[in-house]
Amino acid sequence: MSTAPRELTVPMLARVEGEGGMHVVVQDGRAVEVQLRIFEPPRFFEGFLRGRSYLEPPDITARICGICPVAYQFSACLAIEDACGVVVPEELRLLRRLLYCGEWIESHALHVFMLHLPDLLGYDGAIEMAADHRGLVESALRMKRAGNELMTVVGGRSVHPVNVRVGGFHRLPEPAALRALRPMLSAALDDALAAVPLLARQEYPDLEQPHLYVALDAGHGYPLESGAALVTSSGLTVPVSSFGTHIVEHQVGHSHALQGRFDGQPYLVGPLARYSLHFAALSPVAQQVASAAGLGRTCRNPFRSILVRLVELVHALVEALAIIDAWDGAPVAAVPVEPRAAEGHGATEAPRGLLYHRYRIDGSGTILAAQIVPPTAQNQPAIEADLRAVVEANLGLDDEALTRACETAIRTYDPCISCATHFLRLTVDRR
Amino acid sequence: MSVDVAPLSTRPAPARGPLEGATPDARPTLAVWKFASCDGCQLTLLNCEAELLALADRVQVAYFPEATRAVVAGPYDVSLVEGSITTAEDAERIQQVRAQSGTLVTIGACATAGGIQALRNLADVGELAAAVYPRPDQLAYLARSTPIASHVTVDVQLYGCPIDRGQLLEVLAAVLAGRAPRLPSGSVCAECKRRGTVCVAVADGLACLGPVTRAGCGALCPAHHRGCYGCFGPQDTPNGRSLATVLGEGGMAAVDVERAFRTFATGAEAFRAATAPPIATGASPTDAAAGHGGRP
Repeated sequence: MSTAPRELTVPMLARVEGEGGMHVVVQDGRAVEVQLRIFEPPRFFEGFLRGRSYLEPPDITARICGICPVAYQFSACLAIEDACGVVVPEELRLLRRLLYCGEWIESHALHVFMLHLPDLLGYDGAIEMAADHRGLVESALRMKRAGNELMTVVGGRSVHPVNVRVGGFHRLPEPAALRALRPMLSAALDDALAAVPLLARQEYPDLEQPHLYVALDAGHGYPLESGAALVTSSGLTVPVSSFGTHIVEHQVGHSHALQGRFDGQPYLVGPLARYSLHFAALSPVAQQVASAAGLGRTCRNPFRSILVRLVELVHALVEALAIIDAWDGAPVAAVPVEPRAAEGHGATEAPRGLLYHRYRIDGSGTILAAQIVPPTAQNQPAIEADLRAVVEANLGLDDEALTRACETAIRTYDPCISCATHFLRLTVDRR
Repeated sequence: MSVDVAPLSTRPAPARGPLEGATPDARPTLAVWKFASCDGCQLTLLNCEAELLALADRVQVAYFPEATRAVVAGPYDVSLVEGSITTAEDAERIQQVRAQSGTLVTIGACATAGGIQALRNLADVGELAAAVYPRPDQLAYLARSTPIASHVTVDVQLYGCPIDRGQLLEVLAAVLAGRAPRLPSGSVCAECKRRGTVCVAVADGLACLGPVTRAGCGALCPAHHRGCYGCFGPQDTPNGRSLATVLGEGGMAAVDVERAFRTFATGAEAFRAATAPPIATGASPTDAAAGHGGRP
């Protein structure tokens, strides 16, 4: 005989970028319905990009997400440059990588210490956590600030940088201003390393998920600002230009986001995928942090993603310092990019995972078609699969505790609902 | 700043709920609300790294989902509102926010001018939806993206895409002190002169919206050797028509002039009118700038 359904509701998921929710129905010991609801009002970026100039996507698409604008700017630049047959010189690629390190530092410091860690230490948020752990929160804010200062020096400002353009930058940063960042970045690295024991000794639920992992293959170090191919945990290597033949987006009724599937199956992008596919490309210090945190060369437990983000935070700080130390200027701030009738593809690794852009432009540089696939939309099916696993493994919990477990599970992904261009609502409905 | 701000002490206090007083907390309460937006302006509050904990000592962060799952019931002394109104549900929700708020501060280009998503206002929104979604019928949205001041009374407007961190702190400090905030007036053009940046329009022929754009960013773009792209929206007395003419005479194609005015502050009437066809009645296009102001 069927038991009464259980229903849990969280109308607003806290400590995620953007606002959203979840809907879970539990009946007879099974999660019969699991939905991550994205109902953020649609903003139609891909629609109104048509008819705009090929030089505008970096500034326009940055406005999709205030947390990772640099990701949008660089995926857009790469796609337009691909269409126009341009590859920026090595110095400018490194400067892009440096600016992107700033975004990773800011975003990862925010998520690890202010959005995720409060769940582990039992607080509602970082401000509440500061009442008992003021030094810890102050160190988190110092790390975050180091990322923002780096973005300000290279990009002009940290939210929606003004200095990025198709072909490179509007102005090269002053070498002295870059060197002046060194003390702040070094101190942030010390802060990150000092946090390793605290995070390593937390208890993480056991949950191994078999998702297909997909990440950019940079061909030069840990995947970040550019790359011509994607690699998967099933051993495939796919050119970025073939993204659309493997990854198809679907629209589902409970979501304003389009969900991605890779060759028909759910897949995961982001820190767990990057780490597991590119461990060897991490700096030695980052690898040591991984070891000290108890991570192996791969990680399949979403709850441990906070440790992987900490490893990536350390890596980004180490790389930023190395790029600054080696910086010897660049001959030009930008190379010319002339329009031609063509289609171009670009992918970079946003803090939350692979971000793909495609543009078709005409000979005068007017955009005819645009496609943007953000990481959270790609991860939505995998997040829902993990939620199902968490619910079914914790049916003994009361509604409040189970709801909280679901919220925590969702937050481990650092979902960016603004990125998914849409909005999400969490209700657990137990039948 | 064209909007007068009554100090907290002189404004009628919103009625307190029955739970108030159970845990007395003398600090003013702060709420942060999101409508259609990118989150960048509320992130600016978290980006006040050096000031955040000191601020939290002075105000009670009562509702700020991006930062905490704790919720203190309203009403709230100060509300920061990010984003524009693009759905019928949000048009209802902003009324509830207004009713619960003492001082309501709009933050950013979405909240003050409809944001970049107001580009839909000049297009067939159904066609835009069909271009993005295979099943546009499943979406809920309004045909226009409108600023908060088109729906409710706004006490202070903070412009910019994104807002400036220093201005945000100034507004919060002013509200706490019961004084009017000191916010920049004039144009980006004037900020450039104060900063000593060589004019990128005159010296390099770059298209620059600095003469018509509200001051506040510190003239960032010209300092990075590019023209201002107008993300703080129109200044109080803009002459967009004149600038559009100058840009055209300088060799900029009409379509590019129109794109320049129709990006981050499309919903601001003064920018829309800058490249709109002449008005047959002879009314001055700049009269329409009032549509960008605080109180509807």
